[in-house]
Amino acid sequence: MVVDQLTDDTADRVFLALGAATRRDILARAIRQEQSVSTLARHYEMSFAAVQKHVAVLERAALVTKERRGREQIVRGNVPMLRKAAALLDAYEQLWIARTTRIADILAGEEGSTT
Amino acid sequence: MTVISTTKDPDALTLTLVAQFDADPDRVWEVWEDPRKLERWWGPPTFPATFTRHEFTVGGESRYFMTGPAGETPRGWWRIDAIDKPRRLEFANGLAGEDGEPMPGVEPMAGQVTFVDADGGTRMTTVTRFTDVEQMQKMLAMGMEEGMTQAISQIDSLLTPIPV
Repeated sequence: MVVDQLTDDTADRVFLALGAATRRDILARAIRQEQSVSTLARHYEMSFAAVQKHVAVLERAALVTKERRGREQIVRGNVPMLRKAAALLDAYEQLWIARTTRIADILAGEEGSTT
Repeated sequence: MTVISTTKDPDALTLTLVAQFDADPDRVWEVWEDPRKLERWWGPPTFPATFTRHEFTVGGESRYFMTGPAGETPRGWWRIDAIDKPRRLEFANGLAGEDGEPMPGVEPMAGQVTFVDADGGTRMTTVTRFTDVEQMQKMLAMGMEEGMTQAISQIDSLLTPIPV
């Protein structure tokens, strides 16, 4: 039972991480040093368009900013925004822990009741 | 221990929470499906939720409001995107305007909940996916306890550029 749980939990985490792996990597590179989409694209075995799409998702989430410089599009990590996202996730974590605790209380209260 | 783990992914804007309950999946499902039970846990005690509509079927919608200490009533909505009783639930959760209807221009967040038999009870996993920080902030500001609201306003200071 316990082993099954651990395996499932790990699988969940790996699944989440893999789904976002490219974006996480793009973000890490853009935070380390601003660079063009074409420079970024060289690191991945995928089309320029695919990398551009990942950058667009990050840009939409305001985790990176994109700026046209001549013929290049320069991508830069938005560190304050990333910090803010982390703080908001902390708040949502507290919110869901509180909700989960209330669910447990409701279920415990039902036990032995005849309703 | 009810909460087994939480995983926060700031670059993917997702929050995953795994919890274990001493009740079978049917009973845990009930706290989501039965609006009277849902009202008892969705909002904090200082901001209880009232569901005026709760259609627990694919494409079904919910409308709710919360009642704050000062009598304010922020409103929200759900839309059920997938349902497999008592195993899986996917729903969108967004902000509503004064009329109780979905507010245009604010994307809903996406919730995925799964219920699995484990250790003689139920392991519930909730995954919440956000679109952007602005949405996270707007949704969180709704129906929050005083302390939480202050915490959120402090979050804004994080956006102040740090001198290099």
